[in-house]
Amino acid sequence: MTWVAIAVTAVSAYAFKALGFFGLSRITPRGVALRAVAVLPAALFASLVISQVIEPASATIVWTRAVGVAAGGAAAWRRLPLLAVIAAAGGTAAVLRLLT
Amino acid sequence: MDGPDTSPSRRPIRDGWSIGVAVGVVGVVFGVLARASGLSVEKACAMSLLVFTGASQLAAVSVIAAGGTAIAAVASAMLLAVRNALYGPVVAHWFGRDSLPTRLAVTQVIIDESAGVGAAQPDPTDARRGFLAAGLGVYVCWNLGTLVGALAGDLVGDPTRWGLDAAFPAAFVALLAPHVTNRPGRVAAIVAAAVTVATAPWLPAGAPILIAAAVAVPVAVRSWEGPA
Repeated sequence: MTWVAIAVTAVSAYAFKALGFFGLSRITPRGVALRAVAVLPAALFASLVISQVIEPASATIVWTRAVGVAAGGAAAWRRLPLLAVIAAAGGTAAVLRLLT
Repeated sequence: MDGPDTSPSRRPIRDGWSIGVAVGVVGVVFGVLARASGLSVEKACAMSLLVFTGASQLAAVSVIAAGGTAIAAVASAMLLAVRNALYGPVVAHWFGRDSLPTRLAVTQVIIDESAGVGAAQPDPTDARRGFLAAGLGVYVCWNLGTLVGALAGDLVGDPTRWGLDAAFPAAFVALLAPHVTNRPGRVAAIVAAAVTVATAPWLPAGAPILIAAAVAVPVAVRSWEGPA
């Protein structure tokens, strides 16, 4: 990453944030658009989770990572605080890797 | 944050700052990965201060680490940053009466976590407080974490040893949870997950997330219709 690449990334990242905040806000979502906005986070978060879980690595890393994330999911299901979810996931993966 | 607070809605503040601390841990991961992919401490910190959208930063650094070009790294970061535009209309609703400088500053902290914490609150006042707590909390902690990770990168060694690669997606699982309490949300999540699995091996980092959203959102919206 050159400084130019970092600058381009920074300017475009801010531009997308500003586009939504200052531009799209003039359009009030209604009907189908409102429903689309409502379900969008579920789609994005689910995809982010999966793409990170299946990110290529050694078989041991991938299955221990998956079990760790499942432990985090169980913690989230029980509505534990976010830090507990993260600790459950990271801790489970780290302990499994110590044992394997 | 400390001291007695008798207001009924401390939860948005607490949620916001606890997610900030959690993301700070991920910031450490970013710092470590940035150093491992050849970025200087200054460049790693500049990315977190200026780009400030974690998934984009991690994608960019992953592409570089995997031997990709700077153009590929920037492109995947930009693809991931597009979704921040979609949070804008919702966030603007909470900051409609603020001054322009305030809104320009707020714009920088429009990210998954701040929009997610805000949207999870029951009313606009709490949404605003939750958004600000998460936005500021994540900004401070993400940058501190990046600095610590970049400086300590060589000491941490392999981040997988600490399970940090599992901790990061788990944070998004926690953010996902409130969005899958209704059927359209569950449909969106399941379709997006399936599309991601199918496309991730073939596409550059970042692209599967946008394609998954493009496919899952119409399917979920359709599942919503019928006798509403």
